[in-house]
Amino acid sequence: MKAMICKQDRKLAIYHILIAYLAFLIGTFLGLLQVFIRNDGLELPKWLDYYQVLTAHGVLLALVFTTYFIFAFFITGMSKTLGDFGPKARLVLWLGFLVTTIGTVIATFMIIIGEASVLYTFYAPLQANGWYYVGLALFIVGTWLSGFALVGHYVSWKKSNRKQLSPLFAFMTISTIILWKIACLGVVATVLFQFIPWAFGWVDTINVELSRSLFWYFGHPLVYFWLLPAYMAWYLVIPKLVGVEVFSDSLARLAFILFILFSIPVGFHHQLVDPGISSFWKFLQTSLTFMVIIPSLMTAFSLFGTFERSGRRKGGRGLFGWFFKLPWKDVRFTSIFIAMFFFIPGGAGGIINASFQLNELIHNTLWVVGHFHITVGTPVTMTFMGITFWLIPYLTGRKLTKTIQKLAFIQIITWSIGMVLMSTAQHILGLLGAPRRTAYSAYNNHPTAMEWFNGLISNHITMAIGGTILFFSAMLLIFIVIYSLFLLPKADSLGDRVEFPIAMSDNKDTPKFLENWWLWIGISFALIAIAYTIPLMDLIQHAPPGSKGFKMW
Amino acid sequence: MHFHRYEKIWLGFGIFSLVLFLSIVGVSAFGFNHHPTGGLDTIDPEKVEETPPFDQPGVKRLDENTYEVAIIAEAFGYSPNNIEVPVGKEIIFRVTSKDVTHSFSIINTNVNMMVVPGQISEKSYTFKKTGDFLILCNEYCGTGHHYMQAEIKVVE
Ligand code: HEM
Ligand SMILES: [Cu+2]
Repeated sequence: MKAMICKQDRKLAIYHILIAYLAFLIGTFLGLLQVFIRNDGLELPKWLDYYQVLTAHGVLLALVFTTYFIFAFFITGMSKTLGDFGPKARLVLWLGFLVTTIGTVIATFMIIIGEASVLYTFYAPLQANGWYYVGLALFIVGTWLSGFALVGHYVSWKKSNRKQLSPLFAFMTISTIILWKIACLGVVATVLFQFIPWAFGWVDTINVELSRSLFWYFGHPLVYFWLLPAYMAWYLVIPKLVGVEVFSDSLARLAFILFILFSIPVGFHHQLVDPGISSFWKFLQTSLTFMVIIPSLMTAFSLFGTFERSGRRKGGRGLFGWFFKLPWKDVRFTSIFIAMFFFIPGGAGGIINASFQLNELIHNTLWVVGHFHITVGTPVTMTFMGITFWLIPYLTGRKLTKTIQKLAFIQIITWSIGMVLMSTAQHILGLLGAPRRTAYSAYNNHPTAMEWFNGLISNHITMAIGGTILFFSAMLLIFIVIYSLFLLPKADSLGDRVEFPIAMSDNKDTPKFLENWWLWIGISFALIAIAYTIPLMDLIQHAPPGSKGFKMW
Repeated sequence: MHFHRYEKIWLGFGIFSLVLFLSIVGVSAFGFNHHPTGGLDTIDPEKVEETPPFDQPGVKRLDENTYEVAIIAEAFGYSPNNIEVPVGKEIIFRVTSKDVTHSFSIINTNVNMMVVPGQISEKSYTFKKTGDFLILCNEYCGTGHHYMQAEIKVVE
């Protein structure tokens, strides 16, 4: 493993990071607008609609920011662990970048001109301009190209290292790419065969419930596509930062395989209160959903195992002594630690949401908004922040100064405070019934709705204060990003250089079958077939007359 | 593959809780009929007003203890938008949409369902107390989404 990756690969990664943070800048600004509109603190000008803002917030943060950052991380890590990309792989990576970016630009443009206020979930029969769907399709195609390039790089490494298990980073990258490709089949199917022909007027109607089901077949593994790269940092970067090796190579690989298997055939848990799907299939998919608890518990175990091992090695005694020996002053560590911490209530909330009947209580309330801001919005995002602090100086060959580290601390702490305020308020408001995806409304001063504006914490004001702190934190991060890209002092000697922290992983005892991809892909498709074939056939065979398109904004 | 002894205990405990959770949910669903919203009937979304029960939307008494409430959702309201039902009786809500996807959500109750054009959503609920309940749409349906509301009066 080389200390520094080659220049062309660094350039690729940096371009991905630039787009990621451009999306982050705009997206978080829109988030700020949202919290103020919702508490009646701000009225948008006539030419801008709340739902247009919300569509852009969802697309730019949940899709664009995450995806570009993930590819930047993958590209750097794959180049580091498997060696420089060959010219072909590099070309395809640029091509993927180009296509994804063209897709992003088209979709964003359609949102800006008000032709696509359909939110990032684009539920039919709300009908956006056909080019919005084309933009989304190109986005996916671009990520596929980049994904193929990474797989190609891996395959050529395998060819020259026969009979060897791949490095853990590469294994995890490939797992994530496989998950992503299988997941995308659903959204590609609905966009290509349902939305595009319908939006361009080649067919008149659309099968709405089918499109929802295909979307959610994609929608849930999408969240694992965000989460797994964060887990990679938890499994691989954290041990290095605390000075130990990976807790268990085989368990880490097994966990990732289980995530592939159990994050796809489960989309119905987003449709628990939808008509048209029988209770039996909803329950079956709920049960499969809960299986991801197993790899999640394995991950939690190895993380705490890592912490304890490190703390004890440094002389921590007693039951909890190790805790105080962790490198709290290292912002690369602390950021990710806080990110993990947020995932405890985040994961628990997820179990609540997926609990079949319980879903009725919270479905589409602000609770859900609170939930995903403490899953993707913090555990994932803050892990990415923690990676950013060293990844950019690593790629630009600069020194990470004390001042920037201090700023980074302020940044993650303000993000945490803002998020605790905003998401707690949202969770409680949700339990009181306040709906998500709504501009300000007092519902004709109905007493029930008035409660949502008068509570102590359960209040739209608390949410706005939290949102403001978050925005401040986001801007600080943008400053750190720009500073690290252009202004940090250059590292002259090798010793000054920021490293890519990646822990050793002993794979002597790791069983070979864990890397038998065709086996896992086969099992994955079998599970998908069991969970989806019959209910989807039902939706097609018993379809009601389809729906025309509606433009309701 | 090596599992640490503590990890076996931890996973064993996890899997045990998992089975317990799922059994509770499953028994409650299939043993006591606590299903989330469903409804497998379909309807032509362009002929809602000609199709029973939506040709005469509103409250209908089925027998002594059961009432049916048929509601049409459309951007941005419900019809009828002011209904009265008795407390303590089983109310079967049947809701469909004439245009886009909406929700039919009675705040402070378990009635919270997606309303998808072409499908008839169904949920049975028994109000435990009287009062005025707010009904709103919590699935984005257009510019006026946040004005989409109705009221249900629960009386003795
Ligand atoms: C400055 C920081 C942020 C603020 C103030 C903020 C605020 C909000 C608010 C208030 C909503 C709900 C609006 C509604 O339902 O009416 C929302 C939705 C959402 N946020 Fe954020 N957010 C922030 C950062 C993020 C981040 C970092 C992510 C993900 C990486 C994210 C992802 C989302 C998504 C996916 C939605 C749902 C959009 C939809 O309903 O279609 N947000 N945000
Ligand atoms: Cu609506």
